[in-house]
Amino acid sequence: MNASTDVAVLAAVKAEDAAVVAAQIVEDVRQASAEPTWLAATRRVAQVAALHAAAVDRDARFPVEAFEAMRRERLLSAMIPATLGGAGLTLAEVARICETLARACSSTAMVYAMHQSQVACIVDQGHAIPWQREMIARLVDEQWLLASATSEETIGGNMRTSACAVELVDGAFRIEKLAPTISYGEHADCILVTARRSPEASASDQVLIVAPRDSLVLEKRGGWDSLGMRGTCSESFRLVAEGRAEQILPVPFAQIADQSMLPVSHTLWASVWIGITADAVSRAHQFFRAQARGKPGALPPSAGRLADAVAQLRMMQARLKVALDAATEASSERIARDAQEACDFDTPLGASLSLASDMNTLKLSISSTALQVVQETLMICGMAGYKNNTDYSVGRHLRDLFSAPLMISNDRIQLNTANLLLAQRTPATGRI
Amino acid sequence: MKSALRRILTESARLDVPADSLADDADLYAAGLSSLATVHLMLAVEDEFNIEIPDRMLTRRLFSSIDSLAAAVTELQLAQAAA
Repeated sequence: MNASTDVAVLAAVKAEDAAVVAAQIVEDVRQASAEPTWLAATRRVAQVAALHAAAVDRDARFPVEAFEAMRRERLLSAMIPATLGGAGLTLAEVARICETLARACSSTAMVYAMHQSQVACIVDQGHAIPWQREMIARLVDEQWLLASATSEETIGGNMRTSACAVELVDGAFRIEKLAPTISYGEHADCILVTARRSPEASASDQVLIVAPRDSLVLEKRGGWDSLGMRGTCSESFRLVAEGRAEQILPVPFAQIADQSMLPVSHTLWASVWIGITADAVSRAHQFFRAQARGKPGALPPSAGRLADAVAQLRMMQARLKVALDAATEASSERIARDAQEACDFDTPLGASLSLASDMNTLKLSISSTALQVVQETLMICGMAGYKNNTDYSVGRHLRDLFSAPLMISNDRIQLNTANLLLAQRTPATGRI
Repeated sequence: MKSALRRILTESARLDVPADSLADDADLYAAGLSSLATVHLMLAVEDEFNIEIPDRMLTRRLFSSIDSLAAAVTELQLAQAAA
């Protein structure tokens, strides 16, 4: 609230009310200054997202209003360093944004989280290339939304292999990909696409291509009528991209995935799932209190479940914090290595293997625990929780969370983690 | 030693091309060596030559060619003999 409105408000009320109003303004200012501006901005966006969450879910449509608000608040460039024009927030701060948005609308939060993992790829791996820097500047100015096309028909969900290949002639490239899912593809301003380095390259010899909308043709091949996460509009497309060689990030995709995409996506997805769970637990808590008020002196039969649900939620938050610390530490070590111009080729793999298995186990445990906890909240809220559109509904939370063990299948991640553990001599039990 | 390494590559590295057709200095990553396959390759090499590859030697360079694997095995075998 600025000074001129303060004056207008004060003038409009009777003299005896002025002191009360003034006290309220002081309190508002105190609360606002206690909270960082990005968090206050996030809360404003979350309010918009909450207002439209039911319609987004019912109609399986993109959360347009929430993203308009996000662009207004400039949250899409939140994680871009200040030197490149962004807000320069840390991964932990962006995780907080994801969690806050997820309490309002799961799809909005998940789209935001997926966008940030693409941002990390370009910022970490492309900031030294003029074309990519220009791209980052446009992202900041125009608040672009980035999407990802990693899956491919005939390959399935294994993002570490591609069938399509880059055809490079005289510094110009072309690629064509049949993608079974590109989340919010139709609403993205730029899509990051994996492909084999060349028509001769093996399936695992991949690169990542940054393809802004004007270099893309998208032809929709299938819709998105799903159990949950309906607003992510994860439709299937035939994608054709044409452009200049500088759009292809120079480092192998395997390295981009290990260093940037995997840690950012797993920590931010976990934040989204924790936010969804926190909202369901808070609904169960309110239901429990309302129920207890109706019968003073006796606890409702579900009382123990609520204590368990809160305990589990706190464990999930603690696990996320450990993972955020590990990801942040790994990223600062990488920046220090880059500054010394040390060659990644000679960096011992031990640290990256243990980071990868830590991120994998985070994904496994948060995705499955979130579902269990929200199922408990349904037992607590009973029929009020089962019905849609009550203050205690948790049906949408549950449907949205059923996507958590599937997005990169937990079966695949379990095997992958076991493989990583084979390579580690010391047990992966973290610091003591 | 290099023929043993080629056999191990055939058995555990799941490359896109036959290991016998690879030159000693050919890039194994370009031949389709994935990061998951390097784990199995490492275990097979340790078992075959009865060595333990220390963390400091466990780098992308180690798995980059038959030459670099052979050099590492030789170094570790010499160190073991001297101990």
